[in-house]
Amino acid sequence: MPHPSARPEREPAEPVTPPAPPDSPAPGGPGDGPGGLLAAIFRYQSVVVILVALLGAMAIGAALIRYQGVNPWYAYETIFKQALFTSDGLTRTLAKTTPLILTGLAVVLPLRVGLFNIGGQGQFLLGAIAAAWAAYQTSALGVLAIVVGVVVGILFGAMVGSIAAILKTWRGVHEVITTIMLNNIAAGIVWWLVTGPFQAPNAGGIPQTHEIGEAARIPTVAGIPLGFGVAVVLALVCAWMLKRTTLGFRFDTVGKNRHAAGYAGIPINRVILLAMVFAGGLAGLAGALEVHGVMHHFEPAIAGTLGFDGITIALLARSNPLWTIPAGFLVGILRTGAAGLQFATGIAPEIVDLLLAITLLLVSIPVLGRWIFRSRAHKVSAASTSWGS
Amino acid sequence: MGAWVARNKWSVTLAAIVLVAAYIFYALSSGTALSMYKYAWSYAVPLVLCALVGVVGERSGVVNIGIEGQLLVSAFAGFFGAAYSGSLLVGMLSGIGCGLILGGFLAWTTVKWQMDQIIAGVVLNIVATGITSFYYKPGQVLPALMPHVSIPGLSSIPLIGEVFFKGTGVIALVAIVAVVVIHIGLFRTRWGLRTRAIGEYPSAADTAGINVIRMRLVNVTLAGVLAGLAGVYLSMDSTSSFERGMSAGRGFLALAIMIFGAWRPLRAAAAALFFGFVTATASQLQTEQIINVAPQLVGTLPYVMTLVVLAVAAGKVRAPGAVGQPFVKGDKS
Repeated sequence: MPHPSARPEREPAEPVTPPAPPDSPAPGGPGDGPGGLLAAIFRYQSVVVILVALLGAMAIGAALIRYQGVNPWYAYETIFKQALFTSDGLTRTLAKTTPLILTGLAVVLPLRVGLFNIGGQGQFLLGAIAAAWAAYQTSALGVLAIVVGVVVGILFGAMVGSIAAILKTWRGVHEVITTIMLNNIAAGIVWWLVTGPFQAPNAGGIPQTHEIGEAARIPTVAGIPLGFGVAVVLALVCAWMLKRTTLGFRFDTVGKNRHAAGYAGIPINRVILLAMVFAGGLAGLAGALEVHGVMHHFEPAIAGTLGFDGITIALLARSNPLWTIPAGFLVGILRTGAAGLQFATGIAPEIVDLLLAITLLLVSIPVLGRWIFRSRAHKVSAASTSWGS
Repeated sequence: MGAWVARNKWSVTLAAIVLVAAYIFYALSSGTALSMYKYAWSYAVPLVLCALVGVVGERSGVVNIGIEGQLLVSAFAGFFGAAYSGSLLVGMLSGIGCGLILGGFLAWTTVKWQMDQIIAGVVLNIVATGITSFYYKPGQVLPALMPHVSIPGLSSIPLIGEVFFKGTGVIALVAIVAVVVIHIGLFRTRWGLRTRAIGEYPSAADTAGINVIRMRLVNVTLAGVLAGLAGVYLSMDSTSSFERGMSAGRGFLALAIMIFGAWRPLRAAAAALFFGFVTATASQLQTEQIINVAPQLVGTLPYVMTLVVLAVAAGKVRAPGAVGQPFVKGDKS
């Protein structure tokens, strides 16, 4: 199977041109000719757009770093060296990538149904704190506490996700507003819990929960955190689900044309609910894995900007589950390397927020694609959502 | 006037009841009432301004999810512009300018390039967070406090004058004026009729000779001025500092308020005041120890209220017909 890049999104935009089979020359413009390289570029145009966007973001980032008085080459070199080539750098990067893939998937799945899940942050937080609490309470179970924590984390994340879905289907409230509100509510609840009922008394007043038991910690095997394996497998499962199952077909049909889906007898509300429950569950799982695999307790800073990085990853991946793995890995590298960057050059680690924001901007602006591939100027946007209905 | 009252009799009755209740409360304990109303109004000012941004955008057919980002960048630019230049005016102008630029960005990407409006707004928010958190420098102070003025005459009205017109910041006054002007503008002028037309049925408006694209561009861009004012109010007037992520979801609260206010400026302002008053009540109950709830949970009240309000209101009000859909000339839809 060649690159499974954003095929599913491209097809409906071009009802006239059938999707080119991998071997036939790609439909280029009249003056393009059947050049080998050019044809390949056209076939994978969305990948090219993303690579150009990444390079552009790196270039703008380099200018910004230069402006801070640091050699940009040195800065980027430091980031990648710290994240990949130090003794435990790769392990830390993979550990960082784990929740990123999952929060990325938590945006991808609803996007396929036409929903924009901004609530990864809140789903992650409540999943994480529920997992930390459940695992601590059941630490007598030993290794089984991992199962308890993970299941409880998934359930809580899914619960938060389902609130947005229910408000959407039952009252027609837009999910972007509800999920943002739920993020803020989750942040408040979590702060209250870690400074009150769940606060560990031996933490010296630091707002965090009890450490979970030794047995309940997910280990790292041969430098690869087991959670990373879970995340990769789930990305594959999501890709399989969307491509090969009835449910995946329903997801895409609802996302592409809700009215047609209704006429075809697809239970739209149930599909929306399922998508948000899956998304919440994935984000909650990310929280649980972070607790079990990395932090071993809960503190509010655990979430960082994971929920919002998930949006960047989903759009970088063009809402394809498989591509969340490299996209998540890239963001993981930047996030891991940024800490070393501050140590080496004094540049604040928030440079990564800025870099990712610029990347997101360049990836999502349809004009970049149009500018590179003038022949397909009618193409609008890879992902689309719906306001109102 | 009589016809207007007859058409809006329920709103007018409700407003009258609220007003009477407010005066009774004021007569019973003037100190508490006044401080609560002032708190409520200062909480409501940025919400009113941002809700107006949303109203103007959506009435012209463009969803503005990026208000939050406009607010944050304007607050940032206003505060640091004033801190570095030593002039409040420069700060205010740079805040307003940033609101305008981001409004223009949103307008251009969604109207000209037909980018998905929700995604454009969310991207705008993330970019705003990235810029403001990277360039944030702690330890800056404003050169002076924002001037507060009292309107002679109006400020001597008991309660209303004292809350809205006595010792109040300029931006709060602008907010009052903006609500009235935009309400009248939307429903009584040619601009308003055209704006509502391009938001309801752009192809009909286009047939009638209205330049839909240009009008959407201009409306969404100029609404950015109001978002800029709201941002400046946040960092320079209601507080005198900038914090990372200080907009704290207000842009989204404003969208909820816009929906609650049925896309009408006056009702949206009333809804914002209601939000402000509930928040003020909660904090008052908290300080007087009447209820004993953790402050972190009280802080989530506006967000919970937004969910409840939306769940109640969403089915009862109707959004402009073409909101969220890009307009392509000649495209039948």
